[in-house]
Amino acid sequence: MNTMTAQPVAAPPVPRKVAASLSEAKHLSFWAENAAPVGLIVLVVVFSVLSPTFLTVGNITAMLVAAAILVVLAVAQSFVITTGGIDLSISATMTIGAVGLGLAYQAGLPFWPSAIIAILASTVIGVINGLLIAKGKVTDFIATLGTLGVATGAALILTDGKPIAVTSTELLRLTTGKLGFVPYPFVLAAIVGAVAWFVMFRTRYGLHVQAVGGSEEAAVANGVKAPRVRIAVYVWAAALAGLASLLLVARIGAAEPAINTNYLLNSIAAVVLGGVSLTGGRAKIVGPILGALLLTALSNGLTLLAVSQFYQPLAVGLVVVLAALLTRFQKR
Amino acid sequence: MTTTDTAIDTVLTAENITKSFGGVHALKGASITMRRGEVTALIGDNGAGKSTLVRCLSGIHKPDSGTITLDGAVVQIDSPLAAKHHGIETVQQNLALVEDLTVWQNFFVGREITKGVGPFQMLDRKAMRDKASTLLSGLAVNVPPVTSRVRRLSGGQRQAVAIARAAGWGSSIVIMDEPTAALGVQETARVEAVIRRLQDSGVAVLLISHNFDQVLRLAQHVWVMRGGLAVAQRRTSETTGDELVALITGAQAV
Repeated sequence: MNTMTAQPVAAPPVPRKVAASLSEAKHLSFWAENAAPVGLIVLVVVFSVLSPTFLTVGNITAMLVAAAILVVLAVAQSFVITTGGIDLSISATMTIGAVGLGLAYQAGLPFWPSAIIAILASTVIGVINGLLIAKGKVTDFIATLGTLGVATGAALILTDGKPIAVTSTELLRLTTGKLGFVPYPFVLAAIVGAVAWFVMFRTRYGLHVQAVGGSEEAAVANGVKAPRVRIAVYVWAAALAGLASLLLVARIGAAEPAINTNYLLNSIAAVVLGGVSLTGGRAKIVGPILGALLLTALSNGLTLLAVSQFYQPLAVGLVVVLAALLTRFQKR
Repeated sequence: MTTTDTAIDTVLTAENITKSFGGVHALKGASITMRRGEVTALIGDNGAGKSTLVRCLSGIHKPDSGTITLDGAVVQIDSPLAAKHHGIETVQQNLALVEDLTVWQNFFVGREITKGVGPFQMLDRKAMRDKASTLLSGLAVNVPPVTSRVRRLSGGQRQAVAIARAAGWGSSIVIMDEPTAALGVQETARVEAVIRRLQDSGVAVLLISHNFDQVLRLAQHVWVMRGGLAVAQRRTSETTGDELVALITGAQAV
């Protein structure tokens, strides 16, 4: 038990006996259900021991700012994955939002109309995804891989491959403002998380999302309009990616047509860390948010410890694979 | 096919229903009637079209042609919700339960009880849990807690959930597609008791079954399907298991 507390992430690959007894399976299921919070606590303990700056207010604030984008994307991805789908275009959709913001701002529009254009630009990608998947019956993987390419290319074409500087006071306030020690971007992400939790677990729509992911056939037989539910999930995910694009532009100070593949992989990784099965049906919102925090803490901690950037994808990859192994022991 | 003698108390009439899947003609103009307050059985060999007909009546398939008449009025049943609005509930052969959801969620998915105003509707979880619990305990099967996930229930418990869900909406017609096929002796007896209770409360039950003893025990009227058509009908009081077998296989003409 104690050895597991120290290293829960590494626990499942080293079961002492292959013939795991029933009691141990129960035991493992606890770790499987709580991989993200336990992993996060362990990382915080380890990093705060190894680096005195890790738990300072300044660093926590920096981590929360850095985590905000990933939290929003992970929440969006979690909705899609609950239906049994996946959105590979989510970071490219965010890029389109950023480019939309940049172009609108460059054209002389004030910040807020530009922000709305950013969210609308992203939403268009979501509508295309939803229609392709729900009406065109294209596999989610292929459809969103296609829009990933289209959105990435469109972002480069529209900007001629050059970043557009966005220097509005509203954006500056968004990056630097704080509620207590919690920076505005994370406040926004927390609101997104709370609303998403409510929608998923307290509204008809959320129940339909879970039902379609669990068994589309049964859901349809009970009167759930599955195509509508699927389209909506991709539209909402894209709109959230548009919201995240505001945070992205605020963070960089410019709308960059960069590919941001890291955000895509990390959004899926956060959802997996959060204990959501890729086969759909079991919804989680808090888990993916904690997963996003964990991934952010991991890269922040490694940076503080002066570990080379090259090791960070490696660490993320290992953590995700271990988490995926752990989910095998989840109670069904 | 004469319907004159049954016209008075007919609750449902399906006439000349056809349905094809690609080149496969599953239904070639099947016609059946159901009488009010009776258990009507639908029997036939595998592939005779029983399940397809049931799925047309419950709104899962849209018939290619044919009419469905309910209480004297022609109705369009083009979605599962439409069927439910017309008072037709179905216990599908596969039960149509979402295993990842809880019992009460399965009860109400598709027609949730909500509270709140306008666009700000939230699920009334307590009301749904309470109602699901009441309906389930009315079945008197070993009742699972309504908050448990369907995945963790036994076959009999799942059947109970599906039947309680279908029976609980005050509907006029309940269709059951092989409700006891996967059940043991005791659970079968309980399900049969539920079917009798439904009939006693005035519900017309359409029972699809391979078990002739059960058909003769429960039903008052039986339709025999073969090759996508309803080829024969009998009052169960005037037929035998042997005759039904002969009708199903085609050994005996109508």
